[in-house]
Amino acid sequence: MSLTNDRAIDSEIVTTSPGAWRMRDWRSVLTAVGAGILLLSAVRVLTSADALTSAGTVGAALAATVPIAMAGLGGLWSERAGVVNIGLEGMMILGTFGAGWIGWQHGPWAGVGSAVVFGALGGLLHAVATVTFGVDHIVSGVAINILGLGVTRFLASILLEGTPGGGRTQSPPIPPVGSFSVPGFGALDTIEKKHWLLISDLAGIVRGLTTNLSYITILALLLVLLTYLVLWRTPFGLRLRSCGEDPYTAESLGVNVYRYKYVGVVVSGALAGFGGAFLAVVAANIYREGQTGGRGFIGLAAMIFGNWRPGGLLAGAGLFGYTDALQLRSAVAVHALLLIIAIALLAGAAWQLWRRRFVSAAVLAVIGAGLLTWYLRTDTLPGQVTFVAPYVTTLLVLAVASQRLRPPKADGQPYRRGEGR
Amino acid sequence: MRLLRRIGLVLAAPVLAIVFSVAVTSLVLLAIKASPLDTFSTMLNYAAQPRTQVLIINSAVTYYFAAVAVAVGFRMNLFNIGVDGQYRLAAMLAASVGGAVALPAPLHVVLILVTAMLVGGLWAAVAAVLKVRRGVSEVISTIMLNFIATGIIAYLLAPGRLAVTTQGSNNLGTKPIPPSGQVPGISLIPGTQAQVYGLIVLAILVGVAYWFVLGRTRFGFDLRATGMSEAAAVASGVDVRRMVLSAMVISGAVAGLVGMPQLLGASYTYSLDFPAGLGFTGIGIALLGRNDPVGIAVGCLLWGFLDNSAQILNLENIPVEIVQITQGIIVLSVVVAYELVRRYRVVAEQRDVARALAATPKDEPALAGGAGS
Repeated sequence: MSLTNDRAIDSEIVTTSPGAWRMRDWRSVLTAVGAGILLLSAVRVLTSADALTSAGTVGAALAATVPIAMAGLGGLWSERAGVVNIGLEGMMILGTFGAGWIGWQHGPWAGVGSAVVFGALGGLLHAVATVTFGVDHIVSGVAINILGLGVTRFLASILLEGTPGGGRTQSPPIPPVGSFSVPGFGALDTIEKKHWLLISDLAGIVRGLTTNLSYITILALLLVLLTYLVLWRTPFGLRLRSCGEDPYTAESLGVNVYRYKYVGVVVSGALAGFGGAFLAVVAANIYREGQTGGRGFIGLAAMIFGNWRPGGLLAGAGLFGYTDALQLRSAVAVHALLLIIAIALLAGAAWQLWRRRFVSAAVLAVIGAGLLTWYLRTDTLPGQVTFVAPYVTTLLVLAVASQRLRPPKADGQPYRRGEGR
Repeated sequence: MRLLRRIGLVLAAPVLAIVFSVAVTSLVLLAIKASPLDTFSTMLNYAAQPRTQVLIINSAVTYYFAAVAVAVGFRMNLFNIGVDGQYRLAAMLAASVGGAVALPAPLHVVLILVTAMLVGGLWAAVAAVLKVRRGVSEVISTIMLNFIATGIIAYLLAPGRLAVTTQGSNNLGTKPIPPSGQVPGISLIPGTQAQVYGLIVLAILVGVAYWFVLGRTRFGFDLRATGMSEAAAVASGVDVRRMVLSAMVISGAVAGLVGMPQLLGASYTYSLDFPAGLGFTGIGIALLGRNDPVGIAVGCLLWGFLDNSAQILNLENIPVEIVQITQGIIVLSVVVAYELVRRYRVVAEQRDVARALAATPKDEPALAGGAGS
């Protein structure tokens, strides 16, 4: 089940080799990041919503990003190997339980290990169903979501009932895992307090990204980097991705497609379980039923948003994590976010006008103006707006840019050894 | 003999799946030191009580709409994961409409049902339009739409918007639907006060309509043709885009009915504790029943049996959640079993062909049935 129709895929001419990423791309990424920070800063000064770029918000955003990014990374491993994985949510739920159950007894790191194993078992089940038995990937994913929830609730009611401070729906507290601050950056606090344009914002962002980092957060970020290196810079990664692009050709070149698909899907489950461990160990310090709150699906959305690339999915997860964190920390800042989006849309409209694309310019201008009016006529935003933001964003990205997205070519298609064309 | 084998093959997969999941469930029960036989007989005894039977039928009525909604999509290879969001949004808005107006009894009920179908259909249409015009997979878009529906419901279900607070509880719900908009129950099972949802009649009608439209009309033929081979459908003049749109909207409209038995037959209001997640139940049952109206009905009764008779297990100190495991395994193993049966059938047909070709003289036609499926 590919995400875009054939027309979209055929019209796309993208090479997946790392060489396609030239200096030009890095420059445009940096320009975009710079423009974004400048916009944030300007709006902060304008609205005095200091939470927009405070170290606290940035730290919380990072913490909200990690589980989404891990689920997305899990999706990436699986879909790069050609298996659609909408069972991420179920695997993540298994991970939260694994972390809580082992974590409260044997410490946080044992909990993380157990979460990874629980998630990987979910992945293994998905692999057995989809790869060995050729079951439709979506069907298997749905079943794993049902099963993951059921198994977790069953195990929790047996293994956690009667534990000190725990019960059917939650585990006793997990001991905290250590955190780490880059020395010297704590002093940025004084610069941040001055509320200067741009400088204070940068100070806040840098301090948020360098102080009180959980070791698990650092590990998670390293996993993103590691995934990139393994999937795009090693022969192993090339073979795994070839199974997602064209398994029969891969087979003809001697690649054991089943094995690579198994590896991809099991790693996928392990990463989703790791994301669950972050939720249980770092974000909440207990396992609680319903803790994932659909983050497996947001991770999937982040992966699509990021065009099935590790950097892109990290950016998507960061965006979703940022809105999530902002909502928890400051209603004023969420309201200011509306202004930011409005300005960005109007700027986009001007750009389109300059490029003489009048229709899209008009559409962007109308939406931007609408949001601007909304901003001016209200003082707060309902919390539900930030709740739905990631999902609406994903739908919009899919609707607007589905022609430019490039999923692995054989993503979701059944594969049977020796039955190629 | 042939016929017997065909029937055997059709039934083989679901029976295999159920046997397998009962076996796994038994192992789990043994692992927690409970006797599987005792557990199953407790459940069966509990299910034999008239009151439980009513509960089972009532659950099945609700599940039936969900499963048919999913099945409509399945028949043309559309994956409507959005049934969940469609029915919740539909029930919420239909409950608000029903609570806000006063009409003569039959009209009031019809208004609520039509509202629900419209809302469900429109919400599904978003995914359909995105698929047809922008090539967005309905799997992803309906997952996103489920969450967006949750957000919209949370926004609207607040005091001052569409919700009223009930006295003496912190539950929030829409304004209760007056008696003219309620559907009375039917005393179907003797020996109990409990009544079966009146909307069981509608469920049966939907089942018959599903069977008729898909199996006996041009539209249904086109729909199934599109599901089996899009290229062949296009070649025979089917407008695939229009089919996607109409199948998705019909699926959403049926999904809109999922909440109705509960709304019009029991709760009369959409509140925070309105059942959620039935869309996924529907997916499981549609798979188990193989998109067949009767098969789905059997699947619904099985699901209703598992859900309701498990409640007795609490008294036996066995976690009720055990049935969720059973259900998950049924879904997974039934699709595996169908795949295995399909492979077996292909092999068996090839063998038949080989045998027929070897046995018949050259001038006779070899066989009627084709190889491969």
